Amino acid sequence: MRGILPLHLDHLGFAAHGRPLLQGINVRLEAGARTIVLGPNGAGKSLLLRLCHGLLAPTEGKVNWGGGDMLAPDVVGRAQAMVFQRPVLLRRSAAANVRHALALAGMPWRSRRDAALDALDRFGLAHLARRPARVLSGGEQQRLALARAWAVRPQVLFLDEPTAALDPAATLAVELAVQEFHQSGTKIIMTTHDLGQARRLADEVLFLSRGRLVEHASAQAFFKHPTSPQARAFLAGELVS
Amino acid sequence: MDLVAAFTTALGLVAGFDAELLGIVRLSLLVSLSAVILAALVGLPLGAALALSRFPGRGAVVVLLNAFMGLPPVVVGLGVYILLSRAGPLGPLGLLFTPGAMILAQAVLVLPIIAALSRQVVADLWDEYGEQLRSLNARPWQVALTLLWDGRFSLVTAVLAGFGRAAAEVGAVMIVGGNIKGVTRTMTTAIALETSKGDLALALGLGLVLIAIIAAINGALFALGSWAKRSAG
Repeated sequence: MRGILPLHLDHLGFAAHGRPLLQGINVRLEAGARTIVLGPNGAGKSLLLRLCHGLLAPTEGKVNWGGGDMLAPDVVGRAQAMVFQRPVLLRRSAAANVRHALALAGMPWRSRRDAALDALDRFGLAHLARRPARVLSGGEQQRLALARAWAVRPQVLFLDEPTAALDPAATLAVELAVQEFHQSGTKIIMTTHDLGQARRLADEVLFLSRGRLVEHASAQAFFKHPTSPQARAFLAGELVS
Repeated sequence: MDLVAAFTTALGLVAGFDAELLGIVRLSLLVSLSAVILAALVGLPLGAALALSRFPGRGAVVVLLNAFMGLPPVVVGLGVYILLSRAGPLGPLGLLFTPGAMILAQAVLVLPIIAALSRQVVADLWDEYGEQLRSLNARPWQVALTLLWDGRFSLVTAVLAGFGRAAAEVGAVMIVGGNIKGVTRTMTTAIALETSKGDLALALGLGLVLIAIIAAINGALFALGSWAKRSAG
């Protein structure tokens, strides 16, 4: 399998109706480290993830995968997965949701059943395999979204505030799942507004403020010695924008 | 004429398993169900394609399709008649005044209903599922199949609306079928005929039977739908 990392954002920008929402994002993200994107509401965190994942096309600059190698778009697309704040599940069983993702990823029909059950089992959902996905609890639904992402073996997993709507127990399950992805070698790029979660999970931090990348530092450095006034204010719990 | 006579006639027709009535009911169901299946086979993918594609003039096509939901059956019948008449482009098929012509006419009548309603269902689902499906690298045809399947409970209603329209119309089957006794006589054309002959009790009796059949089919599908919905969330 071709490695698609590092991810290089080259003067990336996005404007809607003439209003710039993200500007001049210049950063290189390497394999391995868990990258947590922090910033106040409206700083452009979710937008940044969507641009990286290819759900939106940048209006300025480029998203470059593979460090200069030319990679075919479907190679890049298939090596990524994303978990959203509100999981979008199909009106079918939990197992069928995973099998559907595997079918879209091009896995032959015969292998899908076992691969789906394996992914469900990994996230403690094996006993719910036949249950309709839409009647699962919020936490179970998010774990199912993680299992679906796991099944396609992504090199990069984007998570957009995956625990924003969950209670502490379900949040813990999601964080453990993120660790599992990390240990299996999947690059994590995740947004959160929960600073405790960021401290628990981050290897490095991207701090956004008003559509600009204000800081890019190791987690240790960022939480001990934030260099920008915006990040200092954000970490001190002040209301910043 | 009174309602009691009509009900008595209706009950007598049903209870007596009148052979002619059974033939008429069978032909009506055969024609309308075939037309709806045909229209669904074309209309569901067409509606999905229209919901998911972007091309210049798409808005106009959607407006036109919605307007065609109200096509007058006699006009559809006339159009199909011209197509199938001896001098028409489909004349050599020899379908005019056969059940085949009636199926074709009702399918044309019902197609815009199924296509327009399924376009709306799929468009709404795309708003909800779009990002996730693009994240999963679904190709356009895979998106269409996924959304049609996930919208299956709403789409049953679209198909039922089409069936209701086909079973109730008289103008199109009258023109292209000709209301030939034992060959192309359906419940609606029989009702029209009996009314014009003045046998109002028989006409009303046939009407009651027609309504009962449509209600039974709707009821069965509704029960099936709610059972499936419960088991699929």
